[in-house]
Amino acid sequence: MTTSRRITYREAVRQALREALASDERVFLMGEDVGAYGGAYACSLGLVDEFGTERVRNTPLAESGFTGAGIGAALGGMRPIVEIMTVNFALLALDQIVNTAATLRHMSGGQVSVPLVIRMATGAGRQLAAQHSHSLENWFAHVPGIRVVSPSTIPDARGMLKSALADPDPVIIMEHAMLYNEEGELEDAEDHAVDLDRAAVRRPGEQATIVTYSAGVKKALEAAGRLADEGISAEVIDLRSLRPLDDETVMASVRRTHRAVIVDEGWRTGSLAAEVATRIHEQAFYDLDAPVERVCTAEVPIPYPRHLEQAALPQPEGIVAAVKRTLRR
Amino acid sequence: MTAPADRRVHLTHAHAVDLLSRMTRIRRFEEACAEHYSAGRIRGFLHLYIGEEANAVGVCQALTEEDAIVATYREHGHALARGLPMGEVMAEMFGKAAGCSRGRGGSMHIFSVRHRFYGGNAIVAGGLPLAAGLALADRMQGRRRVTACFFGEGAAAEGEFHETMNLSALWKLPVLFVCENNLYAMGTALEISESNTDIAAHAAVFGMPAETVDGMDVVAVEAAARRAADAIRGGEGPRFLELRTYRFRAHSMFDPDLYREKAEVEAWKTHGPIVRFTEWATATGLIHAGDVETIEAEVAEEVAAAVAFADAAPFEPVEDLLKDVTTPREVAR
Repeated sequence: MTTSRRITYREAVRQALREALASDERVFLMGEDVGAYGGAYACSLGLVDEFGTERVRNTPLAESGFTGAGIGAALGGMRPIVEIMTVNFALLALDQIVNTAATLRHMSGGQVSVPLVIRMATGAGRQLAAQHSHSLENWFAHVPGIRVVSPSTIPDARGMLKSALADPDPVIIMEHAMLYNEEGELEDAEDHAVDLDRAAVRRPGEQATIVTYSAGVKKALEAAGRLADEGISAEVIDLRSLRPLDDETVMASVRRTHRAVIVDEGWRTGSLAAEVATRIHEQAFYDLDAPVERVCTAEVPIPYPRHLEQAALPQPEGIVAAVKRTLRR
Repeated sequence: MTAPADRRVHLTHAHAVDLLSRMTRIRRFEEACAEHYSAGRIRGFLHLYIGEEANAVGVCQALTEEDAIVATYREHGHALARGLPMGEVMAEMFGKAAGCSRGRGGSMHIFSVRHRFYGGNAIVAGGLPLAAGLALADRMQGRRRVTACFFGEGAAAEGEFHETMNLSALWKLPVLFVCENNLYAMGTALEISESNTDIAAHAAVFGMPAETVDGMDVVAVEAAARRAADAIRGGEGPRFLELRTYRFRAHSMFDPDLYREKAEVEAWKTHGPIVRFTEWATATGLIHAGDVETIEAEVAEEVAAAVAFADAAPFEPVEDLLKDVTTPREVAR
């Protein structure tokens, strides 16, 4: 019999960390303030008491140094989980992620794998201004040799970590900061690993496909609800995996609905939305009844005031309007 | 040349011949690489190690098979000193599938996991965090190993150097940091890139014991490396060696070498590691008449065989282009 509980996304991440630390001695968590502080977003709160300072390892403020140490520890037989406080600070570790983690397997001629998991918070919406609000998922998803996933649900917040740890290659898990307080049902299933390769249909629909990920899923579902009130049936696809992209699920939907709107909290230029749109054009052009629409973040560093920040980000209103444009309504 | 006061170095005839042989192997290999670069068989960057042979050879004397090495883009010497087969290294230079990295890495990315040789990192200071991580894994799994991390003095200006030094000292990681100070970061002289040109002094900031060693003296390097490795194995945390050295060739094959005087290069060559050790070991009777000739003949044969192996080896088929980006999945979708 499966039981389920109502918990937050943050608690789901914490549960996944606890389960990983408890089930595999090679697993350890390393990052800034993951110990006594409990992590900047409280994901590891209390874990240092359970597992000790060796395995819940506070690091100095040295993103490149400890990310690289995670890569080395992975080569040395450990299964490190590196927490980079936010994607904004991950820019200081880009050398290790892009030049080392992503390349080692290839440039060694396949002699090594790097079983490293990097978790980081991402996204805007908390009035943290331009240096603490980036959505740079596409920067990482651009790079061959790493896998990038983005949990938008409670089960994925838990299950993606397990699957990532089972992956022999580097996996980056991008957790949207606005989702940590979200609540949902979590089944206490024994094996909670999830398929990292597949996108998920979060709401079935017939007339248009909304493709999104991360915090965009909630906004897209809200938009789909409003559209339903007006008699428009929109399907919502959660990409889940940002590299590799699950073209099959997206194309199957677009071929059925003949319309696509992509919602992406990244800036429009060079965005994941651009990548998905291009793939739709390449693979399903003749199935389209309207140009592909994109709802992205405005091309501005994220402003501090709430009204401007919200205006910069994709919102359900914009998604509704975009879907209607594809229907010429 | 200093006689080894340190009891850790046992200078017998056999050991002296071995040191000279190892340095000569690197020198002649590098010369062959330059030749085959000019002939177009080796392409891309090629950073020759000529002049710095005593560093890799001396340090590797202090390492066991269990220990690990992380090196830079000037790492062919380290790979040979570590014991990688010369043919595999040359084939890698040629970009052949028989290369130690299956040709995918080239001269800057020599890897051999069976020798615990973890590259071949061509981002200055990029290998330091990796070395700290390998050492962290050893510590967490209770293994008494050393990870030797080679880098140039240019790395001391990078953030990753300071981040890793701090992390390693803080966590008492078993890392042997080996700074090969050849005085020029590409074409930038040390005095115009560092506020404090005493590189070993940087280690003191982190409370890490450091030693400055004459990198032209293979015996001094071996002795210092043995002292450091013993301390690391004894659980005393990381150690730092600054090896004062000089490269006799340009930074890479693209470098016209305009930033230093020819006389300076020539002066360094007169007390290069091979000539100096040979003269000293001959004078003290450690090596005998005919030893040098024997070594040179053996090395010439080995280099010729390595080149022949590399030359004859096939290139990887282009159909394999996308191989080894990620680990093959057991269950194909």
